[in-house]
Formats: sequence, structure tokens, C-alpha cells
Amino acid sequence: MNKSTPITNGSCIDAPILKERGQREVFCGLTGIIWLHRKMQDAFFLVVGSRTCAHLLQSAAGVMIFAEPRFGTAILEEKDLAGLADAHDELDREVERLLARRPDIKQLFLVGSCPSEVIKIDLSRAAERLTQLHAPHVRVLNYSGSGIETTFTQGEDACLEAMVPVLPETDAANLVLVGALPDVLEDQALGLLRDMGIEGISVLPAGRADAMPAIGKNTKFALLQPFLGETAAALTRRGASHIPAPFPFGEEGTTLWLRTIADNFGVDAETFDRVTAAPRARARKAIAAQAAELNGKSIFFFPDSQLELPLARFLTRECGMTAIEVGAPYIHKGVVGPDMELLQTGTVSEGQDVDKQLERCRAARPDLTVCGLGLANPLEAEGLSTKWAIELVFTPVHFYEQAGDLAGLFSRPIRRKDKLELAKS
Amino acid sequence: MKLTVWTYEGPPHVGAMRVATAMKGLHYVLHAPQGDTYADLLFTMIERRDHRPPVTYTTFQARDLGSDTAHLFKDACQDAIDRFEPEAIIVGASCTAELIQDDPGGLAETMGLSIPVIPLELPSYQRKENFGADETFFQVVRHLSKPCEKTARVSCNILGPTALGFRHRDDIEELTGLLFEMGIDVNVVAPYDATPSDIARLGAAHFNVMLYPETCEAACRYLEREYSQAYTKTVPIGVGATKDFIAEVNALTGLSGAPDDSRLRLPWYSASVDSTYLTGKRVFLFGDATHVKASARIARDEMGFEVVGLGCYNREFARDIRALAKDYGVDALITDDYLEVERTIEELQPEMILGTQMERHIGKRLGIPCAVISAPVHVQDFPARYSPQVGFEGANVIFDTWVHPLVMGLEEHLLHMFRDDFEFHDAAGPSHHGGHAPKPMDAVPETAPDPKPSGSDVVVWLAEAERELKKIPFFVRGKARRNTEKFAVERGVAEISVDTLYEAKAHYAR
Repeated sequence: MNKSTPITNGSCIDAPILKERGQREVFCGLTGIIWLHRKMQDAFFLVVGSRTCAHLLQSAAGVMIFAEPRFGTAILEEKDLAGLADAHDELDREVERLLARRPDIKQLFLVGSCPSEVIKIDLSRAAERLTQLHAPHVRVLNYSGSGIETTFTQGEDACLEAMVPVLPETDAANLVLVGALPDVLEDQALGLLRDMGIEGISVLPAGRADAMPAIGKNTKFALLQPFLGETAAALTRRGASHIPAPFPFGEEGTTLWLRTIADNFGVDAETFDRVTAAPRARARKAIAAQAAELNGKSIFFFPDSQLELPLARFLTRECGMTAIEVGAPYIHKGVVGPDMELLQTGTVSEGQDVDKQLERCRAARPDLTVCGLGLANPLEAEGLSTKWAIELVFTPVHFYEQAGDLAGLFSRPIRRKDKLELAKS
Repeated sequence: MKLTVWTYEGPPHVGAMRVATAMKGLHYVLHAPQGDTYADLLFTMIERRDHRPPVTYTTFQARDLGSDTAHLFKDACQDAIDRFEPEAIIVGASCTAELIQDDPGGLAETMGLSIPVIPLELPSYQRKENFGADETFFQVVRHLSKPCEKTARVSCNILGPTALGFRHRDDIEELTGLLFEMGIDVNVVAPYDATPSDIARLGAAHFNVMLYPETCEAACRYLEREYSQAYTKTVPIGVGATKDFIAEVNALTGLSGAPDDSRLRLPWYSASVDSTYLTGKRVFLFGDATHVKASARIARDEMGFEVVGLGCYNREFARDIRALAKDYGVDALITDDYLEVERTIEELQPEMILGTQMERHIGKRLGIPCAVISAPVHVQDFPARYSPQVGFEGANVIFDTWVHPLVMGLEEHLLHMFRDDFEFHDAAGPSHHGGHAPKPMDAVPETAPDPKPSGSDVVVWLAEAERELKKIPFFVRGKARRNTEKFAVERGVAEISVDTLYEAKAHYAR
């Protein structure tokens, strides 16, 4: 077993962060479209970009997923770049065509890419113009998912941030949960909070354009994902107040997340315990079944989705693992601070120089390495067990009922390696 | 601007990556923003490669754009050389880097590197993946090959196989064996597993085998010009093409090699009575030009299918494919628009599609069986078992692959006779496919209502005729519908009755 050397006692919040700059083995923000378009069922995501963007979107999940896509790429061509065609006229034409073919679309997102940002196509102007043109049936918004500005899950942050200014106004003291989660998870969270007597809860983004939450100075919001810092800032600008909490991964995380909200809404301890006791016990039991295989094992996180710090908190505190290095694309202490308060780890790194990080990983020989799809098989071939980071974004892992599944995602690669007689030679 | 949902080809720098990743000792320094590293997973996940592609991405960000991205490129280039110690590097730009005009080739030249530096000019906004692979391989050959003495024994190079190629791994093995039996050594296979020093000795071969024109034609032409190496024009996919290839090689070498064809089973399998049901099956072909060309010949001449339409997504070969279509008396579809392919298939209503992974999806939606003959690739196109396309074993593999999605001989008749059996019925599809069987086309609801038809060539199905049509098994129903409508239009019949249906059946029955 690998010995890590914790730098502080019980918390990494004030520990120095290793900041690195170099080749990054991460997706760009366009990738968020893969799950956002399934969540918002009357939305279409139109990337204004290159063939590379289109190719990324169809390859990002590792294989081509042929569901009826509610996304596409308006591919820039030579004549667009040479100024022979007015990019805005071209865009209007493609949008016109698209909306004629898909009358079910109520929200259209124009998504900026590296090329569109570099040649400075003003998509906010285009969105304004197109909104007027297609009102009241379609609202057109824009955000950037470009790799020169956004990393992987930041795409969702940029998308939700773009939605904040057009959310309706309210004076009601409501609660908004922020982040695109599968419906089943959303229902679980809403169920628990309602059972505590909290009313007026809505979710951003809602499944449909006409169900988006209202915002005002009496609104309180809690983040469901740790990568939504800009959205949180935009909501704060509209007068809403943030309820910072550890993220709802595992039994402890879910309890702390719920309790912070409950405290804000004046829920008494007895009610809280009555609502959470049974699912807490189930979660603890489910985690215990998986944690046996994780207990005492070491883990190394390459930066990917920004879930790294909260997940490391879960794995170290609830599954008995030791974190050797926790890398995140960037660290927003206003959002992940409560998780960092609880996390004891070796190195915390921000940004990436992938070859240097690979050297550290090889030297540490962790029992499990969490990394992107580009690194997983090469590391397996070197004898390291890996967990694809992207699966953590595509699988329901939040809240009590999924806590066991979440632990299972990490124990499975270890169990598999153990089962395969062939891999041991 | 052009709206694209799914693409058949990636950008040209992905083509360059296919060459770099296939080779050993070559490194690609790519000026590109964060996110372009997604391309690594094509190789590590789809092809299950156990090494990262030898690509260094400079990873520039928005905040670098105002300052010095050129410096970033030079640093990344130097780091890559120090760390990976390649024999040679290729340098280039992805689509975004092309816009900032840093000229990676020029920058690398000023660094005074001790290893060969091969600059790539791949116009991202005009060209695509196959062009990128072809051009990259050509530049690698142009920069690294050297005149050298020919080998004593007759030898050839096998050119074209790349990383992420459709069955390239197994094609190399099958073809090497075939050439060996003909008394011919393989001097170098490239780019697959070749090093820059291997490229230097390409000139030692007596001739070149152009295995996939998409990825090596420019290099083959160059080698012919520079080193008088003739290259083969026939791609040996299918029985007839393999025999033509053998004849072509014998003519080039003056040998009279006759490889052992005792393992070749396609001709007998195709002649055996169980295959009678394959006769005249209407097939539509779509893919890269090379595989479509080869498959059209196999479909018509070796399987006894009827080719009702064909096309390719790589425009570079549009002329070839148009000529081929003319031979087959059909229209060529040259497009990279997935929706256009889908529309064409819907219109032609073939009984089978020979296509790519994209057409497999179309087939699933329309309830038409589909076998995959070409890239773009999917993780399933890298089977663990030996599964070549070229040569005699390739022909056997193709026979099995194409027959598998179809309803088998007697089953077809049983479906006709007992179409209402609750378990063994029409809508269930081929019985050996379980839950994954295609759903009949009729069951698929229209996604968007068609505009109200008008004009003289519009025919309406009367309810009873429509019901009768449903009694025809799903795998011939599309054909029956199409024939009946054609028959009605030709005779100016506006309403199709049960009689019209059977008159049409009698008319087309031969």
C-alpha cells in the first residue's frame, strides 16, 4: 500500500496548491451539450464552429451515440473566414432551416467555439436578433463552450449562466437547486426537501422552457454540481443568496448538503432526522458493501470534471481511501471550500501539465487512478487500475440512494483486476 | 456555414494523427487549444490502443492569444523532443491555430533541431480526415525516403494502413501471407508500425501495393516518380478483385505466383442452395470509395445481389464513384450529409444496406438490415478475432458479415406461410437476432408530417390494400410498396386497391 504524506491535519483548505500549466488532457466546454440536450427537452444546441467541434461532439462519449440529436454544428467554411459570406446572414439561414425542421424547439442556444471566438463572431448580437425574429416561439441565447475559455463541465456553467438574466423575477422566498441532474435524482432531492416542509422549490435548468425557476432577492439557491461558479455569481448578481455546502456525494455529503439547506429554511432537528434517518441508514449500508474493497487503498485524480475534490472527500472519509493527489482543472474555493475543509489529502493540484503529472502518478503507483478516456487504457497497459472520469458525469451518483453506486464505480475496477486471472501474469 | 449533425470524417489533423499514431518513432507537435486532445480517445478507446498517441498539443488559451502563442509552440516542441526523443517530428496546426497564423513549420525550422522536421499544411476549413492522412503520409515519405539499392529478392511495400483504419491490422497480415505465397517479400509496411528509418528504405522495394488509395495515393505517385516504383491499382477485396490483384502483381514482377486458395469458401457458400434466397436482394452501398467500389463488385458478381444505389462520402473520389455507378446503372450519391444518405435510403427502400456505422443507425430506424463495410469506425470494428477484408480469408469474412443480418433461407418461407404466429412473426425480425432485430419500417412513426402531396404522380393506398400490404413479410414489404406505387404511377392509377397490388406483383414477377 502506498503511504501518502498529509500536509495538514484534517483539511486541505489552506494547503498550498500546485498550479501547473502545460498540455491538458481534458475536454472543452462543448462536451456539456451531450447531457444538457437530453435534460432540456425543448432546447437545441447549435455550435458555431469547425469540423473538429462536430467530430468532438460525436466522439466525446467514447463511441457514437445515435439518439435523435438536439444539437448540431454550423461548420465554418473557407468563404466564411475569407469574408466572402456574412457570417450573420449564414447563421440566420441555418437557424431558419433548423427551426422549420424542428418546430418543437423552444430554446435555441448558439454555442461559441474556439474558431468563432478567434474570428470574433458576435453571437450575443446574433442571439438578440434571432430572438426578435423568432419570438414568441423560440428564445435564442448564447454562451461559449470554446476550449480556449472553458474546460469540460464549465460548458454547463456557461450555459446556465446565460440563462440567468432571462429568468422571471419573483419576490417569493423560494429555493432553487442549480445543476442538470437526471430526473430520478432531481425527484429524490425534491422529495427529501419537501418532506422537511420546504415549499417553492424549483430547478435550473428545468426540463422545459416554460418551467424555469423565478429569481429575486428572497431566493436562496444551492448548487448540485461543483462546477457552477459563474452561474452562482450571476444568480447572486440578481439578488439571490448562495447556500454553500459540501456536495451531496455519499451519506455524509448528502446529509451536510441537506442540513445546510434545512438550517436556512428553519427546519428543526427532529424533522430533519425523521426525513433522513431511513435513507441515511440505507446509504451507509450500501457504501459499506463497496467500501470493503476500497478501504486502505490509494487514489490519484487527474483533472477532469471538477468533481475531484468533493469525490476525494467522499472516498477518503466514507470509503477509507487515501488521496495521493487530487487534481482539478481549476479550484473555486467559494464553491468547493466546504469540501476542502473536510478533505485530507497529499497534493492538491490545479491546471495540468499532463506529462509531469503522469510522472508523479507512475512514481506513486496508486491503487486507483481517475483519469480521462485518453489516458485510461495506456495506464491500464502499464499495470495501473483506472476509473474513467467521464462516467462520473454520466451516471446518477448524487444523494443517498446512489451513494452505494458511487462507491461501486470506484470499487469495480479494483474488483475486476482482482477477478481476472489473466491480468496477474 | 453548413449545418452538420453527424460527420463521416474528422478534420484533417485527425488524419495526420492516424499516420503519426500508426508509426513508431515519429512525434506530432500540434498547435491546438485545450479540448482538441479529445482525439486521443479515438485511438485509446475505439481502437483500444495501449499507448497515448504520440501527439503534443500546445494547449493555448484565450489569455495567450494577445501575447505570444509562438513561444508556447516552441516550448512545447522542445519539451516533446526532449521527453520522447523521436527520430523525426511532424508539426502542424489544428483549425483554431490555423486562424492565428503562427506558422508552426516556420517556427520549428528556426529552432535548429537535429532531427528532421516535417511541416504540414492541412487546410482545416476546406479538407477532411482522409486528405489529412494522405497528405501527411506523402510529406513523411517525401522528407524521409532516400534512394537505395533494390532488394535481391522481389519485394514490395504495403502502403496505406493507418491507425483507426477499418480492419487495417488484419488486412496487413492477410496480404503479407498472400504475397509470401507468391514469392514476394514485404520490404516495409507503412505507415502502420513503420519507423522513420523504415520510411528511408522504402526505395528498396521493387513495387508498391496501394492498399487504401484514400490514405496513400499521393505517396504512391511520388514513389513512382522518384524511384520508378510501379504501384498496384486493384484493391484485393473480394474474390474477383483478389484474383485481379494477383494477375496485376504477376504482370508487374514477371513472376507467376499462384497463392493457395483452398481456404477460400465464398464461391461455394454463395453457390450452395442455402444461398438461393440471396438472389436479387436489393442492396444500397455507402462508405469510403475504396470499400464501396470493392463491395459493389462482390455484391453483384459474388453474392448475386442487385445494387440499387451507391455512393461515397469522400469527394476526392467522386469521379471514380460516378463512373462506377454508371456501370451499375444507378445514380451515385456523393455527400457527407448524413440526412441526405438517410433520405436516399428511405426513397430506395433497399432490402439491405452495406454501409458504415452511420448507416447502421439509419437501418435500425428504417428496419433495414445493415452490414458494415467501411470507416468511420466504431469499437465493434476492432474485433478481437482475426477478421480481414482483403484476400481469400477477407472474402470469407465478408460472406459471413453480410449474410448475418438477413433472414435466413427457410425462415423467409416460414414467415410467408405462418405470418401470424405469435412468437415467430413478421415484426420480430430475424429469429437469430433476439431483441436487437430491426423494427419494420411501417412501425416507425413519421418524425415530421410531409407536406400535403399534390400533382399527377400522387397515389393513395386504399385501406384494404394497405392491410394487404402489411401481410407481406417486412423484409420484402418495402420493395412491394415501391413497385406497386411505381406501377400505379406508370398507369396513371390514383388509388391503389388490392387488385393494383397483385397486378403490380404479377408485373414485376420474373
